[in-house]
Amino acid sequence: MGSTGAGALLIVSLVVALAAAYRPVGDWLYRVFTGRRHWRVERVIYRLVGVDPDGEQNWGGYARSVLAFSAVSVLFLYAFLRLQNRLWLSLGRPPVKPDQAWNTAASFVTNTNWQSYSGESTMGHLVQMAGLTVQNFSSAAVGIAVAVALVRGFARGRTGRLGNFWVDLVRVCLRVLLPVAVVGALVFVAAGAVDNLSAGHDAHTPAGAAQRLPGGPVASQEIIKEFGTNGGGFYNANSAHPFENPTSWTNWLQIFLLLVIGFSLPRAFGRMVGDKRQGLAIALVMAVLALGSVIAINGFQLAHRGTVPQAVGAATEGVEARFGVPQSATFAAATTLTSTGAVDSVHDSYTALGGGVAMANMMLGEVAPGGTGSGLYGILVLAVITVFVAGLMVGRTPEYLGKKISAREIKFASLYFLTTPGLVLVGAAAAMALKAARVSMLNTGPHGLSEVLYAYTSAANNNGSAFAGLNADTAWYNTTLGVTMLLGRFVPMIFVLGLAGALAAQRPVPVSAGTLRTHQPLFAGMVVGVVLIAVALTYLPALALGPLAEGL
Amino acid sequence: MRLPHWLSRHVAALRVLLVLTVLTGIAYPLVIVAVARLPGLSYHADGSLVRARDGRVAGSRLIGQSFAAAGGAPLAQYFQSRPSAAGTGNGYDPTASGGSNLGPNDVVDHGPGRPSLLTQVCARSRAVGELEGVDGRRPYCTPDGVGAVLAVFRGEHRVVSLNQPCPTEPFIATYAHVPVECARTGEDYARGVVTPVRGDAPAHPAVPPDAVTASGSGLDPDISPAYARLQVARIARIRGTTVDNVVRLVDRNTTGRVLGFLGEPAVNVVGLNLDLDRAYPYRG
Repeated sequence: MGSTGAGALLIVSLVVALAAAYRPVGDWLYRVFTGRRHWRVERVIYRLVGVDPDGEQNWGGYARSVLAFSAVSVLFLYAFLRLQNRLWLSLGRPPVKPDQAWNTAASFVTNTNWQSYSGESTMGHLVQMAGLTVQNFSSAAVGIAVAVALVRGFARGRTGRLGNFWVDLVRVCLRVLLPVAVVGALVFVAAGAVDNLSAGHDAHTPAGAAQRLPGGPVASQEIIKEFGTNGGGFYNANSAHPFENPTSWTNWLQIFLLLVIGFSLPRAFGRMVGDKRQGLAIALVMAVLALGSVIAINGFQLAHRGTVPQAVGAATEGVEARFGVPQSATFAAATTLTSTGAVDSVHDSYTALGGGVAMANMMLGEVAPGGTGSGLYGILVLAVITVFVAGLMVGRTPEYLGKKISAREIKFASLYFLTTPGLVLVGAAAAMALKAARVSMLNTGPHGLSEVLYAYTSAANNNGSAFAGLNADTAWYNTTLGVTMLLGRFVPMIFVLGLAGALAAQRPVPVSAGTLRTHQPLFAGMVVGVVLIAVALTYLPALALGPLAEGL
Repeated sequence: MRLPHWLSRHVAALRVLLVLTVLTGIAYPLVIVAVARLPGLSYHADGSLVRARDGRVAGSRLIGQSFAAAGGAPLAQYFQSRPSAAGTGNGYDPTASGGSNLGPNDVVDHGPGRPSLLTQVCARSRAVGELEGVDGRRPYCTPDGVGAVLAVFRGEHRVVSLNQPCPTEPFIATYAHVPVECARTGEDYARGVVTPVRGDAPAHPAVPPDAVTASGSGLDPDISPAYARLQVARIARIRGTTVDNVVRLVDRNTTGRVLGFLGEPAVNVVGLNLDLDRAYPYRG
């Protein structure tokens, strides 16, 4: 079998595995979100924290809790990074410098995991564990919590209550993420991922050179990095590093893990709104967009256009021998379709159009299937916009899941949609206008612009992958990308929760003959169309100057 | 005393964060580190270390190494790894993992000591071809191993070979009936249209793709079976053994696709070279 055939089978096997996981994982998530009983350990936690687990919050209270938790997290992580040299297991490393600590704290709290540092030379083991890994858990849980609050807005009527943020946060961490992490970390160790607290080993190679082999609690961070769609590598090379991703089957497992929550959440959504078909329709929208993107990026990478890939005979620059070109391309698609941003190959060295697809995936708003939680609320906002567009076409008041989409709802949805492109385009334009920011580009011509555009796209969409030739460890990029990540995360979240509050307050309208059937293929197709058209209109000019100019 | 609402919310947030830090940031990683001490897991958890005959740590089976002398010249008695962009010199520095990040159209050299990706590919292909005694030519490469790239100045009757500084003789004498000049240092050729020239090299070069491109990690322990096959004859000759014996060791260090479709077949260079040293020591 050739490399292309093997790559195609990989895609088929992922589709089969995700389809098989859809029901059990979705039902499991549903039970976590709706179960009335608290575990005993959870009760202890609520008592320690001093919150009433049965007291529900309105949208404002929920949003303030999200923001309070995230603000405290940023400050805590910033202090941790600045003080790492005074704590244990620092490996003698100095404090992370202020602008980089700010960037890293914002990055990990927003589920972005953009890294302007390289782990093996900057971070001690304790800050990797108790600083960064903690945010890998909690930032994923925050995203899911906000998505669940939005779903409650659809599912409930004539109420202000959207659930309790603290309960949602603790439950997702304890019941969903932690059990999978414990099992998965050991699986990764069995495959070859390192996991120790050693400072490393000095090897004397047969060629007569010295080689410093790093250590670290890698496997325990690796699993949650994928499962929580975080993406921040323990080492600079991320999932290309053999200590993080040692074999071709761990590569498959990583792709599966970073997609599975995103693709299964629609099932939980469908059950919560009392119509499983609604969940399936949303999952199918995600699947269509994802498959299209996976096939496109594989096609571009296998065709290997561009002078260097043509000279080489394949797009192997930046690709590991054990993964090969197509399976790296599928990883690249999955990591940018979600908010993961882990990389098992160098996106900057991809063909112009292959790298362009990775960028366009993020520009879709990361909704196919998107990050943990953020993918679901992203696609639901787009579904709201779609019923609004459909309502305009037939001249009826739009409804979705028994809720009227009136001026208030559509304002929240529009503001949500406009935030990210605003951040991307303004940020990239400002960087291109400044000489000090332009010199960070490694590549020249359109590819250099692509590096900058990719950086702001990645930050605003909380992805975290990079065209890593860009030297982002400068005061300008550390500061502005940190701000971009925070705004790109929390401003949309506030709009989502506002939308949830507006929906929950409504009395559900009964289904009539004129109601748009939102579980049918027609509607699913319309959502796909709205996503593609809205994104194309927003980003085409920028893409034309970068990847399209280089690749066409 | 009751705290104001906003303050008590932040206090609760801090407490939740501390609880989660203890659970997911301290207890969980330490449990994994402890369980990873179990027999069967500890070898991997420690980094899959491999030892030379004298018992010293010779590296990790998972982390690639350079098998070149300090100056960069390949040690002919060893299978050669892929090029690496991790660290300086011969690469393969695990304290600086990563790829080159150079783009698919990085074809014009950036000055002395800063070759373009195309020139790097061409130079590597030429060097591997010489070492293995095969044709090292590639499309878009000059015979002297740099990127075959012209700056064409429209309407000025002028063409410059950008990657061939004077007094190097350009790889073609004329382009569209215009004589080709060598590149003078310090001169600005930005107005010229960058035009890579395909040349007449075979479409499927004898030197395989992985031999001329750096990996993503810069620590790739593997090479393709094709690149291993290319090196077998040299190894057998230098180590004074038969090709069959070397092929047997290559096969022993080759991993196929898992389940028949996951990943690519790959030959572990670190394991292979250590096996060679054990079975057919080099007496140079």
